[in-house]
Amino acid sequence: MQPELNILALVSIGAHPASGRLRRAEQDARAVELGLLLAGPRLRVLHAGDPHQEALRGYLGMGLDELVVLEQPATADALPAVAGYLAGSDVQLVLTGSQAETGEGSGMLPFLLAERLGWPLVVGLAEVESIDDGCAQLLQALPRGQRRRLRVRLPFVASVDSAAAVARQSAFGPARRGRLEPHEVEVVDDPLLGEASLQPARPRPKRLKVIKAKTAAERMKAATAKAGGGSGQVLEGLCAERGAEAIFKLLLEEGVLR
Amino acid sequence: MSDIVRRDPRAEWIARNRLHPLHAAQQSRGQGRWPGPDGIVRKNPHLAAAGFIGAAGLKRIDRSGVQQGSAGRRSVDRGEVQLPLHIVEQPAFYIAVAPDMVGGRLSSHDRDLLGLARQLAGSAGAVLAVVFGEHKESGFEGAGVDRLLLLDAAEYQGYVPEQRLLALRAVEARFAPRHWLLPDSRSGGGELGRRLAASLGERPATRVWQVKDGQCSGRAGAGREDLVRPLPRLLLAAAECAEPVGETRHEARPVVLEGGVARNLPRIENLGPVAVDPARIPMAEAEFILSGGNGVSDWALFHRAAEALGATEGASRVAVDNDHMPRSRQVGATGTWVTARVYLAVGISGAIQHLQGIGACDKVVAVNLDAGCDMIKRADLSVIGDSAAILQALIEKVTAYRQGGSRDAA
Ligand SMILES: Cc1cc2nc3c(=O)[nH]c(=O)nc-3n(C[C@H](O)[C@H](O)[C@H](O)COP(=O)(O)OP(=O)(O)OC[C@H]3O[C@@H](n4cnc5c(N)ncnc54)[C@H](O)[C@@H]3O)c2cc1C
Ligand SMILES: Nc1ncnc2c1ncn2[C@@H]1O[C@H](COP(=O)(O)O)[C@@H](O)[C@H]1O
Repeated sequence: MQPELNILALVSIGAHPASGRLRRAEQDARAVELGLLLAGPRLRVLHAGDPHQEALRGYLGMGLDELVVLEQPATADALPAVAGYLAGSDVQLVLTGSQAETGEGSGMLPFLLAERLGWPLVVGLAEVESIDDGCAQLLQALPRGQRRRLRVRLPFVASVDSAAAVARQSAFGPARRGRLEPHEVEVVDDPLLGEASLQPARPRPKRLKVIKAKTAAERMKAATAKAGGGSGQVLEGLCAERGAEAIFKLLLEEGVLR
Repeated sequence: MSDIVRRDPRAEWIARNRLHPLHAAQQSRGQGRWPGPDGIVRKNPHLAAAGFIGAAGLKRIDRSGVQQGSAGRRSVDRGEVQLPLHIVEQPAFYIAVAPDMVGGRLSSHDRDLLGLARQLAGSAGAVLAVVFGEHKESGFEGAGVDRLLLLDAAEYQGYVPEQRLLALRAVEARFAPRHWLLPDSRSGGGELGRRLAASLGERPATRVWQVKDGQCSGRAGAGREDLVRPLPRLLLAAAECAEPVGETRHEARPVVLEGGVARNLPRIENLGPVAVDPARIPMAEAEFILSGGNGVSDWALFHRAAEALGATEGASRVAVDNDHMPRSRQVGATGTWVTARVYLAVGISGAIQHLQGIGACDKVVAVNLDAGCDMIKRADLSVIGDSAAILQALIEKVTAYRQGGSRDAA
């Protein structure tokens, strides 16, 4: 734990992917979890929206005393309010999720916030290894379960995705006791909602396997062929060393040997 | 056209047998016309009808008598058909695409994106692909790339999102593309595209899965809603957002960025990849799988090989049934469908149930004793030989390589 560190986690309202019931957002809760591991009870948590939203209590139940809510309607742009709040604070590290579960969910907020504050942005934060001398050493999650080690100077913004540690359970008592602290801010409307419309998701058309064949014989061949038949290189009658050599060369070329 | 010669043993036998009633006819095969016994010129109509394979890959029959078919040798057309070349000499505008190039090649996601870019470019515009780092791709022409900007200098290697962003901003200044298209993927495109959007002050459409009539639909929120909006300048598109290009060839004419790109002091320092225990990576996600089947005799050796190679372990059903591997490691129709970039199959015969599970793998390497098995037909590289000897040799090779590498680094 880094007691002297000022960390702020941004949280939004989540929605269950199947039922749509409002809840704490999965990734944002992981950001809060990471923040709690780093700063303990000193972690500050911020939401821009409705201070009476009960779903926010899901975050309080993780052991927070209070959650600051910049009061604005759902149609407002969260960025100016959040950026305004941060500009006047001593926060050194902002943790966010990578994509909100309600609204547009474009995942742009951390990028725009970092751009506005002029701070570096780290995406896909999985783990904070250490923070010393104003420098943080981080593990970034890559596709295929891989990790990359990065070093960044404070202050910075980091977005957390599903590779970070699972958030702790939300307990009922603390969720009731915690305070939702409303703050007044200037409301800036989001221009997008004027031109775009949210519709229930349509199922995406399944891609058909199109066979581009001009003759019946080609179609027959395409329909009956085994996947990628017989185009590979076959090395026969070599000694084991030479065979291994060929495999080794391919592995090197593909860059899978680390 | 292939050089496979189709022999007709019966015809050959008749040609050798002077007493056969059809002997004479066989002699005249391949000539098309000859003087008959009564002085009348005979033509062979079948010869003309045999035709020839024209430029478009279709069979053509020429009855003018100029073309002589090659009837003596029936061959099968297997050659590559040349697709028509689409040339954009003076592009009215550009559609810029920054593909992910996972492993140095265009991924299927990249190809879908280029297909979408091609649709947006029409006949007047040009698709400009911005490719970072070294690549191994040879199919830009077929994927719909009209102009290719290669940025393979040292400063673009590795994870350098801020430097790449500067390059994209230079592209913006030089080409002023009508649209920017990036893959909304975790392999880099999603991040770079959002950085570009934030930096240009463009509001992107994200997770776009359909573009139609100047409107685009993208998934919103947790995926229960679609956001439908007029097509913005910057699109982050999901996989299968459009059909990849398949009917035309393109120039992939190289272009350069005059004036170069500003260099920045990276604020994010990359300390390199971290060794992850391959056994902890879920098999469906693993990049490199060493899979063993009934042809593996020494399982201790197999595990040592997986460790030396840094590969995630997989197995065929027989290996699992025989208790050499846990059930969770089974690859195939009733096991896990894997997406590895390299799949090394040792002693696996390639039953269809197994091959189904590796359909999405990029490169398949097979080690097997039987040169005729189905796995060899699927594999890009096959080594015929005993699994134990080859695994042993492979372990030695990799260990030597690792030690050599660390000595160099020291
Ligand atoms: C309903 C159903 C579902 C199934 N689902 C799956 C599934 O999900 N996954 C799956 O894998 N299978 C599945 N199977 C089983 C599948 O049909 C095959 O039986 C199985 O994949 C064969 O495994 P194998 O290749 O390891 O064994 P074998 O077919 O016995 O092949 C062994 C291979 O090793 C080679 N070999 C032998 N000795 C050596 C040596 N010393 N060095 C090198 N090579 C050697 C042989 O030449 C042979 O090619 C399913 C079957 C059914 C009926
Ligand atoms: N109204 C909000 N208040 C606070 N944080 C938010 C709000 N909206 C989004 N965020 C944060 O920004 C991340 C990305 O959101 P988005 O750009 O809307 O997809 C979310 O995971 C949250 O951490």
